[in-house]
Amino acid sequence: MGDTGLARVVLETRDVSKCYYLDGVEVNALRSVDLEIRQGEMVAIMGPSGSGKSTLMHIVGLLDRPSSGEVILEGQDVSSLAPNELASLRNRHIGFVFQAFNLLSRTSALANVELPLVYGGVGGSERARRAREALERVGLANRLGHFSSQLSGGQQQRVAIARALVNDPSIVLADEPTGNLDSRSGIEVMAVLQELNEQGITVILVTHDDRVARHAERAVHMFDGRVREDGPVADRIMAADEMASLPPEGATG
Amino acid sequence: MNLPESFRIALRALAANKARSLLTMLGVIIGVAAVILLVGIGTGVQDEVTGSLEGLGSNLLFVVPGQYEGGMGGGGAPPGRRFTLDDAETIARRVEGASAVVPVLQAGAAIKAGNRSMRVVVAAGNEQGTEVFTSDLAGGRHYRRGEVQAASRVVALGDRVARELFPNQDPLGKQVTLNGQRFTVIGYYQSLGGGLGGDQDSQVYIPITTAQRLFNLNYVSTIVVKATDADEIEVVRRDIRRALLPSFGDEFTVFSQEQTLGILSDLLGTLTYMLAGIAGISLLVGGIGIMNIMLVSVSERTREIGIRKAVGARTYDILSQFVIEAVALSVLGGVFGIVLGWGGAELIAQTTPVPTNVTPWAVAMSFLFAFAVGVFFGVYPAWKASQLDPIVALRYE
Ligand SMILES: Nc1ncnc2c1ncn2[C@@H]1O[C@H](COP(=O)(O)OP(=O)(O)OP(=O)(O)O)[C@@H](O)[C@H]1O
Ligand SMILES: [Mg+2]
Repeated sequence: MGDTGLARVVLETRDVSKCYYLDGVEVNALRSVDLEIRQGEMVAIMGPSGSGKSTLMHIVGLLDRPSSGEVILEGQDVSSLAPNELASLRNRHIGFVFQAFNLLSRTSALANVELPLVYGGVGGSERARRAREALERVGLANRLGHFSSQLSGGQQQRVAIARALVNDPSIVLADEPTGNLDSRSGIEVMAVLQELNEQGITVILVTHDDRVARHAERAVHMFDGRVREDGPVADRIMAADEMASLPPEGATG
Repeated sequence: MNLPESFRIALRALAANKARSLLTMLGVIIGVAAVILLVGIGTGVQDEVTGSLEGLGSNLLFVVPGQYEGGMGGGGAPPGRRFTLDDAETIARRVEGASAVVPVLQAGAAIKAGNRSMRVVVAAGNEQGTEVFTSDLAGGRHYRRGEVQAASRVVALGDRVARELFPNQDPLGKQVTLNGQRFTVIGYYQSLGGGLGGDQDSQVYIPITTAQRLFNLNYVSTIVVKATDADEIEVVRRDIRRALLPSFGDEFTVFSQEQTLGILSDLLGTLTYMLAGIAGISLLVGGIGIMNIMLVSVSERTREIGIRKAVGARTYDILSQFVIEAVALSVLGGVFGIVLGWGGAELIAQTTPVPTNVTPWAVAMSFLFAFAVGVFFGVYPAWKASQLDPIVALRYE
């Protein structure tokens, strides 16, 4: 799926800026960002703390609206839609994976994964079937009924990934998905993301960790709210290879 | 997302916090139970009082001395002259549409049989008394015309009197004394039940003439007139006025059954509404409890709201989820309250002389009120939840 030159543009930002006002002081979190994400890409957004990565991800994920500029999702300008319209678009086109997992507590893995389907109007056995399939794809077929509190961090993050992809989104957005995980679980999560990307899902990965970013095939470097560098990753790391080279510790999942 | 889905989510959230949900409901439970119970008592009393009057029939007129303008109770001038048996005679003679004219006198007395005695209300009338007062004989007979004319010392006993004086005995033909005078028991009545508003089971019945001698009175307190036809009641009323005009002028009042009933049920109805209002206030307090808990719940679950919004929940979805939660609390509390109040009313009816009547109307009203309380006090917290910015909510610790 690496032939970016041919794939269609799923998401595009045109001259996007985001400005916060804190006690009368203007903070330019994003300044004129132009970005194109193509179908099937795996893109890492990198940069130091405060460079605007999360802000960009919120805007690209339709959780937030830019102060100026356009966000074009699947050909449609979404930068000035109302919150409820954005919610519907998020439901259909975006899957989120957060650093803090953000699963519903005291709720089974299956019910967590079903959540986007609930709001997407999918009901009954169809919903359960699709949620089960998504959990199978992240290797958690045997943890359907477990509550989040009964799962390891890596497993929780994989439930979150299953939730992100259950609606067949255009893009999966992952903000520091390995930030709260030990290195082994982190590698597992990256393996899952790479595998999904192999299957054709577009993945945007936000990280300040260079090594994590090298799991993507393209890296966008942010600095002070601007895109400073945008190009292919030179020596891509394949998580599957890393897994193989890890000492055979008690296998998880 | 559809409504059943919101229901499922809301009920799951309530089940996850059972103790808290129950405590929150307690306010509504107590409020609704209080409404049901108090309105049940009010309605029960109202029913019994109006029922015992209605039992008399709708074609009755009550003639009392004195002028009463507004209602029966108070305010009137003291009667200048009282009625006598002759006035009853006059009415009987001059009013065509009257099928029965009963002069009535009531007074307290001590009744004694052997070594047993009790205080009773002596109710006296004439032989037509059975036409205007409900009374089912359990044994014996009423006093007759001849006995009224002769002022015979015969007495018929209310159910309670009969059983207290003659436990496990047939009172017929036995001797009793009323204020020291000997009477023969000629009949006794079936229980009329109840205990409020004139306990007829504790009364004894004697001829009016006998009563006047017994109490050394020459007047009667009321004259009850029964119209042959209920539709002719206004004609009868007019004729009574005409018959009494020469000797009384307008120093008397004729009440119809309807007026009496109307006044009484207005009074009791107002009382019932007041009770309901007081109980309703506790229901409101319960509603504030729900709002309080819902606000706590919203802030506790800010992150959950953020997650739901991130994966596509719209304002409406969050709003309905939390409103349904509040309404579920209040409606569930309402149902428990109804059960509790109803049970309490039954218990009171069975263990005390206070009658209760839980009407479907009262149940429906308190249920709807509980529902409304849930909506009213649930909307604000739910609205707050639905307006949360997903990014802020997701960052919330
Ligand atoms: N809600 C806000 N109000 C005011 N300023 C904000 C807000 N959110 C972000 N900022 C500012 O915008 C800039 C970019 O923040 P952002 O969270 O995008 O950084 P980041 O690249 O994700 O950093 P990190 O790697 O630490 O997560 C920062 O200077 C931050 O202070
Ligand atoms: Mg960030």
